[in-house]
Amino acid sequence: MTAMQLKNNFEKTIVIALLFVGGILVSLPFIWMILSSLKTDKEVLSIPPTLFPQDPTFQHYIELFQNLNFDVYLVNTLIIVFFSMFGLLFNTMAGYGFGKFQFRFKETWFIIVLITMMIPGQVTMIPTYLILNEMELTNTMAGIILPGLIAAFNIFLIRQFMVTIPDDLIEAAKLDGAGQFYIFFKLILPLSKPILAVQAILTFIAAWNSFLWPLIIANDQSLYTLSVGLALLQDENVTNYGLQMAGSAFMVIPIVIIFLIFQKYIVEGFNVSGIK
Amino acid sequence: MNKFKSTITPYLFIGPALILLLIFSFAPILVALAISFTDMNLSGLANWSQIHFIGLENFIKLFHDETFRQAMLNTLIYVVIGVPSAVISSFVIALLLNFFSNWVSSTFRVIFYVPSITNIVAIAVVWMFLYNQEYGLFNYLLSLIDVDAVPWLEDPLVAKLSLILIAVWKSNGISMLIFLAALQTIPRMYYEAADIDGANRFQKLTKITLPSMSFATFFVTVTTLIGWLQFFEEPFVITDGGPLNGTNSIALFIYQEGFQYSEFGYGAAASFVLFALIIVATLVQFKFRKTD
Repeated sequence: MTAMQLKNNFEKTIVIALLFVGGILVSLPFIWMILSSLKTDKEVLSIPPTLFPQDPTFQHYIELFQNLNFDVYLVNTLIIVFFSMFGLLFNTMAGYGFGKFQFRFKETWFIIVLITMMIPGQVTMIPTYLILNEMELTNTMAGIILPGLIAAFNIFLIRQFMVTIPDDLIEAAKLDGAGQFYIFFKLILPLSKPILAVQAILTFIAAWNSFLWPLIIANDQSLYTLSVGLALLQDENVTNYGLQMAGSAFMVIPIVIIFLIFQKYIVEGFNVSGIK
Repeated sequence: MNKFKSTITPYLFIGPALILLLIFSFAPILVALAISFTDMNLSGLANWSQIHFIGLENFIKLFHDETFRQAMLNTLIYVVIGVPSAVISSFVIALLLNFFSNWVSSTFRVIFYVPSITNIVAIAVVWMFLYNQEYGLFNYLLSLIDVDAVPWLEDPLVAKLSLILIAVWKSNGISMLIFLAALQTIPRMYYEAADIDGANRFQKLTKITLPSMSFATFFVTVTTLIGWLQFFEEPFVITDGGPLNGTNSIALFIYQEGFQYSEFGYGAAASFVLFALIIVATLVQFKFRKTD
């Protein structure tokens, strides 16, 4: 039920109309992107512009893969997505560790986690590069993946959730002779589905969109992610908007589809995370 | 043995995350602080004996640096225009969505949220097309109502506003969800009681809705402010700080010094200025909240 009520159908119509106009304005860049990506080179730059492609073509999408290495960028991006899920596992383990164990210096360690959360990315950017350079990991896939694996904020959110799991449940499992890792994988993880679902989607989105760090660390085109490749494409094909729109659409559409399928978990996740 | 096992178990759980966090998040803070007092640059990277301790020289130089001062001013403008626009627009969207609890609410919620999950480069590319002075959709639409072509990204001031528009468009989603969650926790009874007392809608908004949401508003404002102080991606991808340094931000300045000119010490010093600004801005807001 909603809190403030609309009095009659007239008001309802006005609010829906407002939302509709707002929705169109917000979606306009995406609509324009998709329609333009299907236009021929000539039609994209035609004045006055056409709305719908007169002669729809997939030539730009084909070119991305045939001539512009988007297949390599896609594989790299998927590798990052794959490893980011290990990062999520580590975050979850740490969240469980902080939420359900007593150990020495627990508070100190947790404060260190919280401190890293408050530091702006630009402060750690340069030294992280220097550290990776000392480890000889610049221009490697490991160098791209490692710094982004752990996110203090995620550990914090998962810990908040773990605290709500009753201790009795874990004690009962222990009495049945279950080991700590058995408990974690067989009991805790299934119980944590709501928070893990939202974390997994957000981790996926972040990994799919990763741009700045791969750009800094990778000099080699064979290590580029989709977004770095798209930035390169944009630099080299400044006025070929059809091609650029196809590249953008290829980055945006998969994430929107994933989001549409799982969005209800994200919305619920905001509630279980306790950010109200 | 069992005792040993139970002492070590928690560390097995927090260990992997903690090690990575120490190496890639915590150590860098200390390193950044250390190198901000040195003249470290590319030659220092190759040979550590080239690095010298120069005390506060970087910080003094920063405040005489015309480019940095311009970046500070631009960042201030981004914050002053961007924060209220972002907070108010997401609040209004949440308020409108909250009138419904059916498909209308869920459909439009998704539509307004989508920009915030999409890739910045893809978005930048699309907006640059829309903003194109000659072939862009915006100037074409303006020409239909006889308005002259706007130099969306070519004029220092207009370019700042153009970037702000993109950033507000992109950031609305998350704040909207937080506002929406807060709106839904307000008990209906309050409104019913107000109805009985004959309160009008504006009174209900200012006397019930806004006060009940003070924490959500505070949270959104603080995080939005921190985000805008670090404004980086839009100027980086779209204008590269130009034209005439008109869209450069502190965060972009740090990136340029660090990764384009390899002046690591100087860039790190600038990053601590940004860090200090964020801490001050956050503390000021907490102070305001207390006096409320």
